[in-house]
Amino acid sequence: MAEQTAPVEVPPPAPTAAELFAAAVATLPGAIGTRWQHGELTVDATRQSIVPLCMALRDDPRFAFEQMMDLCGVDWPERAERFEVVYNLLSVSLNHRIRVVVTTDETTPVPSVLDVWPAATWWEREAWDLFGIIFSGQPDLRRILTDYGFEGHPLRKDFPLTGYVEVRYDEDRKMVVYEPVKLTQDFRSFDFLSPWEAMTTLPGDEKVFTDRAKS
Amino acid sequence: MSEVLPPTKRSVEIDSHSINFGPQHPAAHGVLRLILELDGEIVERADPHIGLLHRGTEKLIEYKTYMQAVPYFDRLDYVSPMCEEHAFALAVEKLLGITVPDRGQWIRVLFAEITRVLNHLLNLTTYALDVGAITPALWGFEEREKLMEFHEAASGARLHANYFRPGGVAKDLPAGLTDKIAAWAEKFPKFLDDLEQLLTENRIWRQRTVDIGVFSAEQALAWGFSGPPLRASGVPWDLRRSQPYDKYAEVDFQVPVGRNGDCFDRYLVRLAETRESVKIVKQCLAKMQPGPIKVQDRKFSPPTRGEMKRSMEALIHHFKLYTEGYHVPAGETYTAVESPKGEFGVYLVADGTNKPYRCKIRSTGFAFLQAVDVMSKRHMLADVCAIIGSLDVVFGEIDR
Repeated sequence: MAEQTAPVEVPPPAPTAAELFAAAVATLPGAIGTRWQHGELTVDATRQSIVPLCMALRDDPRFAFEQMMDLCGVDWPERAERFEVVYNLLSVSLNHRIRVVVTTDETTPVPSVLDVWPAATWWEREAWDLFGIIFSGQPDLRRILTDYGFEGHPLRKDFPLTGYVEVRYDEDRKMVVYEPVKLTQDFRSFDFLSPWEAMTTLPGDEKVFTDRAKS
Repeated sequence: MSEVLPPTKRSVEIDSHSINFGPQHPAAHGVLRLILELDGEIVERADPHIGLLHRGTEKLIEYKTYMQAVPYFDRLDYVSPMCEEHAFALAVEKLLGITVPDRGQWIRVLFAEITRVLNHLLNLTTYALDVGAITPALWGFEEREKLMEFHEAASGARLHANYFRPGGVAKDLPAGLTDKIAAWAEKFPKFLDDLEQLLTENRIWRQRTVDIGVFSAEQALAWGFSGPPLRASGVPWDLRRSQPYDKYAEVDFQVPVGRNGDCFDRYLVRLAETRESVKIVKQCLAKMQPGPIKVQDRKFSPPTRGEMKRSMEALIHHFKLYTEGYHVPAGETYTAVESPKGEFGVYLVADGTNKPYRCKIRSTGFAFLQAVDVMSKRHMLADVCAIIGSLDVVFGEIDR
């Protein structure tokens, strides 16, 4: 600790460093845009370049994202490309996180990041199982969470909460049987959009709107 | 080798077969179906089949208000319920932009650490049970019982607490509970000494765990490890230290790190962590001041019963909170906590309504279990039990 030579370049203060970081990420091939939200950086990327982008994020010492902590799908049925595939990355050496988002639809495969992080396999299997997102280059795209022989992708927004089949043990046939779901009571879904002072502002209700998130 | 063998017809017996480990196996820590391809007694390939406990938690949460979603988190990792709630509560608070009052944060840290001790006690002792030591389990469950009484005193439930809520905790600690916890924190290290005496120098324990399931730091990082298994591989990484949440920045504790990344190190790391947790519990008790335990904005946290009896406004707030709930502004966040098992994350997408649009749960054990194949390669069949035990998998969170 004896030599404390004053560094010529003083490290920029935190917000600037964040901006620099985001700018550096934005220059990577395949990155469409970056945005900060709640102190978290999100990068939108093109589907084709997800593997080189992830390689760069992992191997570039400025980013050093050694770990892929999570991969998941999000379904937006009203969009042209309805699925988002979200990669949450973590760097333990530099102590920062980033989120990479690519979009796809039911038929277009997303290149698998299996070669970047071997841990991707199960999460890609899960995204396939629950959303039907296809990953190209993933040799093990089996279902993972749902039942053997399950049909459909349950986390899609158009998949009903109650599902289509129910399972019971048939005493006579001595086997587990699948039957269409019978609800003894209709599935209840309430419309909660009310003019109470909530986060949503209904038309004509602008006067009472207070921006709670910022106050 | 030089002479050419005469071409003869002979049958070669290949001693290779696959067996089904589970779905109901006491050492599988739940409903794990593990298909093992064996060469004699040597594991060539392990293919874990999960999902036997899949309850569609993420789908269900999309149909529940934010407050109704909290109990689902208890039922994920049912061994460390409060830490899971913590991740969800922090995620919702981040989107709402609210900050929990000091006392609420201290109570959360206190109970997160009690939960950590609970979890590690269960893991260490049942792990020992998996490799043949029965006594630790018998001792450990007695200690767990004491801790679950604290859970019960604070939340009313021993396991599925539903105690950490977005905005704070459900209710304040009952009178006298802190004294009981303090008394426990004094006595508990003695128990850990006893436990350590049973295991650490035990010859059978060492034979079963040392150099079994070795995972290097690079492997652990590549396979998405976190928590004790990552630290046992020599990566000093703890979210409580590096990305502190609530009051973790204000408590003093050590992060134990292993060197070899084998099953024995994972045991040692957990044991040392338990001691650190007791230290944190003591600090929480010392630093906790009386005060509000949840945000005082009635738009997010319900009023007290007494208030409701007198104030119409409070009554309306109570009614609206428990029917409609609060609306969360559109946005997304990935919020992670250091649960006893490792990084437990919640990727929450809000669309401005009172229900989450998407709530992805990043379960810790998912990554661990995936690596069982790599970890158990060329190990004996019995070592698979030790490896699974050392990874601390709970199927509630893996299958969701």
